[in-house]
Amino acid sequence: MAHAYTPGLKVTENQIVRKRRVLPLQGELVVEKGQHVKPDTIVARTFLPGKVTIVNVANKLGVDQSEVPSTMLKKEGDPVKEGEIIALSKSFFGLFKSEAESPMDGTLESVSGVTGQVVVRGEPEPVQVAAYLEGEVIEVLPGEGVIVETAGAFIQGIFGIGGETFGSIAMVTDSPRDILGPDRVKPEHQGKIIAGGNLVTFDALKKAIKLGVKGVVVGGFDDKDLREFLGYDLGVAITGHEDLGITLIVTEGFGQINMAPGTFNLLKTYEGYQASINGATQIRAGVIRPEVIIPNLSAKKAVKPTAHILGMKKDSPIRVIRAPYFGMLGKVISLPPELRRLESETRARVVEVELENGKRCVLPRANVELIEE
Amino acid sequence: MKANPDDIKVILATDCGSTTTKAILIEKKGDEYRQTFRGEAPTTVEAPFEDVTMGVLNSVSEVGELANRRLVTEDGQIIRPSTETEGCDIYISTSSAGGGLQMMVAGVVRSMTAESAERAALGAGAIVMDVIALNDKRLPHERIERIRNLRPDMILIAGETDGAKTDKVIKITETIGAADPKPRLGASYRLPVIYAGNKSRREEVSEILAGKTDLSIVENLRPTLEMEVLLPAREKIHDLFLEHVMQQAPGYGKLLQWVDADIMPTPGAVGLILKRVSERLGINAVGVDIGGATTDVFSVFSGEFNRTVSANLGMSYSISNVFAEAGLPNIMRWVPFHMDERDLRNRVKNKMIRPTTIPQSMEELIFEQAIAKEALRLAFIQHKSFATRLKGVQQQRTIADSFDQDAGAQTIVQMLELDLLVGSGGVLSHAPRMEQTALMLIDGFHPEGITILAKDSIFMMPHLGVLTQVHPKAATEVFEKDCLIYLGTCIAPIGNTKLGKHCLDFEIDLPDGHTEKGSLNAGDMRLLPLDVGELAKVRLNPSRSFDLGKGRGVSLEATVQGGKAGVIFDCRGRPLEISEDPAVRVPLLKRWMTELNVYPTEALEG
Repeated sequence: MAHAYTPGLKVTENQIVRKRRVLPLQGELVVEKGQHVKPDTIVARTFLPGKVTIVNVANKLGVDQSEVPSTMLKKEGDPVKEGEIIALSKSFFGLFKSEAESPMDGTLESVSGVTGQVVVRGEPEPVQVAAYLEGEVIEVLPGEGVIVETAGAFIQGIFGIGGETFGSIAMVTDSPRDILGPDRVKPEHQGKIIAGGNLVTFDALKKAIKLGVKGVVVGGFDDKDLREFLGYDLGVAITGHEDLGITLIVTEGFGQINMAPGTFNLLKTYEGYQASINGATQIRAGVIRPEVIIPNLSAKKAVKPTAHILGMKKDSPIRVIRAPYFGMLGKVISLPPELRRLESETRARVVEVELENGKRCVLPRANVELIEE
Repeated sequence: MKANPDDIKVILATDCGSTTTKAILIEKKGDEYRQTFRGEAPTTVEAPFEDVTMGVLNSVSEVGELANRRLVTEDGQIIRPSTETEGCDIYISTSSAGGGLQMMVAGVVRSMTAESAERAALGAGAIVMDVIALNDKRLPHERIERIRNLRPDMILIAGETDGAKTDKVIKITETIGAADPKPRLGASYRLPVIYAGNKSRREEVSEILAGKTDLSIVENLRPTLEMEVLLPAREKIHDLFLEHVMQQAPGYGKLLQWVDADIMPTPGAVGLILKRVSERLGINAVGVDIGGATTDVFSVFSGEFNRTVSANLGMSYSISNVFAEAGLPNIMRWVPFHMDERDLRNRVKNKMIRPTTIPQSMEELIFEQAIAKEALRLAFIQHKSFATRLKGVQQQRTIADSFDQDAGAQTIVQMLELDLLVGSGGVLSHAPRMEQTALMLIDGFHPEGITILAKDSIFMMPHLGVLTQVHPKAATEVFEKDCLIYLGTCIAPIGNTKLGKHCLDFEIDLPDGHTEKGSLNAGDMRLLPLDVGELAKVRLNPSRSFDLGKGRGVSLEATVQGGKAGVIFDCRGRPLEISEDPAVRVPLLKRWMTELNVYPTEALEG
């Protein structure tokens, strides 16, 4: 193969990001075009009719079905509270009383003198969608939702689990080469997104959940731990719907892999900033990658994302993306044009590289990726 | 495109796989057509390109560089017609860039109709992303959100028995209609939805979905409570995937405008060429194309053609699913050394997230080929369950049978009657040693009796398949001269006995006049060199525990064909059982791999 492409993961400091935020059902918008929104600002909402519960009043009161309307203390359309008495019967000159209570907060919807039953409908259930990002509403989609735009740092991970969340960034490793173990997760990280390191351990992840950490952004994660974490073997990488109490974003791959310096430094620059993250991943044609968005509205001249193609050339910084030097950084020394025989006896286009430890080696071009400078 | 086929001198063909795009050049040399150059590049369905034509241009440019022929203009147009130094006369393409099949299924009751729908989808090789049911404890908007977020490739709706008077299946259908599901690869087609519920509700379902989706209606999966009819839905899923989902990719619309003939789904094209070969030679054949996301199996037995696409078995995007479905022990039974589970799991997942990487070390190659064997085995199991004598006839099963994924009918794939087994796809076509391809085919398919093994030389069967549609002469000539590489013949007696006990005596008259004789025991493998184009007479005398097709212990004379590997005796027995005990298995694997010259001896130590 003449070319080697990375999966095209974006790590940029200043980019315009737009998100479409729509309701699953038709509803009303609660923000306007041009309005500044925070991640938790509700932008659109609708209400679903509340759940219905039937109360058999005739049975409860021990009266005939036809007598039920006359026992009612509430009429159709009245609001009711949970535990509130809605029907009452008296017998033996008022000595004995029987009562029927509302099973929930809501409205008394109907009273039947035929069945002796009363229908109570619970409070309408709100369905709402939040902005997810801090930014500006740049377009309204009537009855559906809005488009929110922000400018700031944008980092795509390679794999993630868990859905949308937000919190301020806290770096928990000193370098991209440290393990993110349980000792690095502390109570003060509650509600935050912790970042850094080359591997998050299973124990660290469990501790983070326990302490209420909202997200983890890390270089690598072991598949064996992923299996234990999810409770099943992930066959096809379609994620984002897991409800595990945390969102995990892996920036480099599976195993212990140093976070790319560019990613680490960018996160470090924005330590303390509010970030919105989403672990949803779909690795198939029409790919979806997990993301970290750090709005920085004071930044100047944010650029719209563009696809640009970098060719590999002498001195290009690269990273090895397959064993035996998986995860190591280096630079291109030469690009021999002819096919070469690898240790596996496969014949392939190769690249000669000098690794970060000074070692020179020849690798298949397909097994290295360019690092954007 | 030139009207007269004889005027066509240069043909350019591409196959857009899920992971790699392969381009070949076919040129008229004198009176005959020959495949001359080949190039490949990663398929560009991911960011930053998200346009399959980028990969096409890259692979075509590589062909152009090698052929010293300019094929693409500065502004990225394929040059037509050909001159002495540039362009081609026709450009054709196949595609399977869309990858695997991920479905959502819906039913009224989770443990009844929804479960039947799930079984039908699983039986068709789909990954079931979610099961929606009226009693799934979710609110309607939650179901709608889920459908939109997951972006399924297809939705199967079941619900109610025939003639039921409730409106529950309509409620489920309305939820799907409200979600207004869109296909993951853009607006060039509508999302396929299959309705396999209460037949008296078909009209209403059509009213709700026909305008929004590509709706198909098949037999009710549960016509009565006690009966489950999976086959019609399963076959419809398979057909729709092949025709409408698999070939789609970002930029597909653009590619459509470039080609001189309709783009064919890759399995359609490979199936065509295999069918043709089988008809021309009058033989029973099985072919396989193992790709990054899917594995396609084709068979022709007694003239009857069958094709299956295992939508989530493959060597890159789907490799993790092979691992999950086969399980670690099944993969490790083909690896002749210990590997750490944690490390292995990470390697598999990393291949999935970076699908274009290739094995650099011998250890990586051995492990990848072990996974390929399991992908082939699982895909072939699925093929056998589809290729049944009762194909098209409604299969009915009682609920007591429901846990069995098998469709129930007898497969027409009879390994003893198989003459030719052909392998295609990256891991088979590009294996560094011919013996590796031969062993992957044997370990994946377990051929019985006497079977010729062959491979697609440089992975061009899809290209030739589509070429048969526009230039049959060129397709046939190239297939015969450049495509098929014979690996040799596998001789595998059926039966089992204790390891080391006598299995088979043989005599083989080699072309140099010399007769080689030998005796093999259970658990032995032997490779005898016999070159491409050479034939040899063999006399085989199995022991009483083994059968070569004539009965237990009955001798057989046959003519075997040579190939790049030779004649392979496989006396490991059928059904093939590999010991789970590493102390037994590992020495045997090493012995077999050494005897067949599959890997360098030093690599077998791990």
